[in-house]
Amino acid sequence: MSLLKEALDAGKFGVTAEMAPPKGCDFTEQMEAAELLRGKVHGVNVTDMQSACLKATGLGLCIKLKQAGVEPILQMTGRDRNRMALMGDALSAAAFGIDTMLALTGDHPVCAGGDCKDAKPVYDLDSVGILRMLSKMEETGRDCGGNPLSGNVVDKETGEITDKSATPKFYKGASVTPVYEPIFLQINKLRQKVEAGAEYIQTQGIFDLDSFKRFMDEVNKAGIKTHIMAGIIPLKAAGMAKFMNANVPGIDVPQHMIDRLAAAAAEGKEKGIKGLPAKVGMEMAAEMIAKIKDEKLCDGVHIMAIGAEKNVPKILDMAGIAI
Amino acid sequence: MIITQKKPIEEVLALVEGAKTVALVGCNSCATACQTGGQPQIDELTKILEDAGKKVVATTICDYCCMNLGVKTKMKAINAANPDCVICMSCGDGVQCVAKNAGDKPVYPSNNTMYLGEAVKFGVWEESCRFCGDCVLGKTGGICPITQCAKSLMNGPCGGQKNGKCEVNPENPCAWIEIYKRLEATGEVEKITQVRESKGYGNFAYPRTISLRGKK
Repeated sequence: MSLLKEALDAGKFGVTAEMAPPKGCDFTEQMEAAELLRGKVHGVNVTDMQSACLKATGLGLCIKLKQAGVEPILQMTGRDRNRMALMGDALSAAAFGIDTMLALTGDHPVCAGGDCKDAKPVYDLDSVGILRMLSKMEETGRDCGGNPLSGNVVDKETGEITDKSATPKFYKGASVTPVYEPIFLQINKLRQKVEAGAEYIQTQGIFDLDSFKRFMDEVNKAGIKTHIMAGIIPLKAAGMAKFMNANVPGIDVPQHMIDRLAAAAAEGKEKGIKGLPAKVGMEMAAEMIAKIKDEKLCDGVHIMAIGAEKNVPKILDMAGIAI
Repeated sequence: MIITQKKPIEEVLALVEGAKTVALVGCNSCATACQTGGQPQIDELTKILEDAGKKVVATTICDYCCMNLGVKTKMKAINAANPDCVICMSCGDGVQCVAKNAGDKPVYPSNNTMYLGEAVKFGVWEESCRFCGDCVLGKTGGICPITQCAKSLMNGPCGGQKNGKCEVNPENPCAWIEIYKRLEATGEVEKITQVRESKGYGNFAYPRTISLRGKK
């Protein structure tokens, strides 16, 4: 059973990390990070060509992680694959024991960060559609065309499936953007995702706990029952925070955090110490994680270290989190 | 209407490279409105071709280059002039219809066919419909999510908007925020909460034919 499901269902504080496959075929760096993450997190999201930048496909790295004893979370977007390709990958994933996935719409090839802008976007299914398709497969034992999956037992006379135990079952997740105007649209879509089968939700990176609390109030007011994991992005520098504020939708780093990073940079320059802002960024991430857990603001955290996955165990240590 | 844009003239000249005599067929419908296939554009292209050493031996303007019967009649004079080739200055549909009626003469397009659009004001056309074959406008406040959302999302917005603008083209508003505002204004906001099934594409294998005669 999905390690993340087991943890969240048991009321434990869920912890997930995230990594991207390489733009190439050497997975060494990812596997080194995986070594450090083993036993420290309930799952590692493998991104699906995030920001529409070409990478090795996520399923490949998921298989490698699984073989290395780290629980992968297969991110699936509808940008590059139609429903057949998505379901096919889900079946292949299941064959390797990968049982946790996250459905996303996917960044458009021509969005600001995209690096293969001539690629044809697919979007046969959006995030809700992907979740519905997999839920329906699990419920019926049939593929996206209504045909029985192999291994399921079909009554030859009626065509009914009498035993659908060969159908894979996924712990399905989705994302949400808490900083969003009008919030009604995000809450409504969150409801649709949960109704479509999402059992856990990872949020876009949050930086202001007060606004996150307001978002959680909206979720509760709407009566949406799911496990919510707050997205944590450890900041590396004031410039990174400013860039994200200007360019990444749904990101809102407060000025006091930017000031703290800038002060760290100035101090580092004065004393000749390298990497002080990144250290401060890790401290701020750890402080948020500890507060989220202590104040029971939500069910867990999803740490997006954006290339600095090796720092995740340190951040968890600093936050006093052990799974 | 079908929105067309002129091809770069070098591309058109390359198409007719081997021809000494050319005939031009304009279109009195969408391409005239788009200023890509009306009389002024025929005159303009005639001059360019003649400057390039070609002889324009016949020109005509069909009412609609996409209507076979009218095109058939107009093409009689063009074929009688026996040009080395024909340039059709309409949309891709018109080019194909003209080509069917051009006997053994090659027919070349002078335009690129862009989209089905609305003339929002003189000289400005916005894309408005992507021919999805299963209109959802009744549920989306008269704003098309298939066209106005860069990802054609059926179930509300992605997380990619910033200040109400689309991540794909920040000049465009987020379609789903517009749909929400419109449904609020018309007192139908509950429609946004309704389940919308993902579109199926099984009935849209092209090329398609619709016939009121029961057969093609």
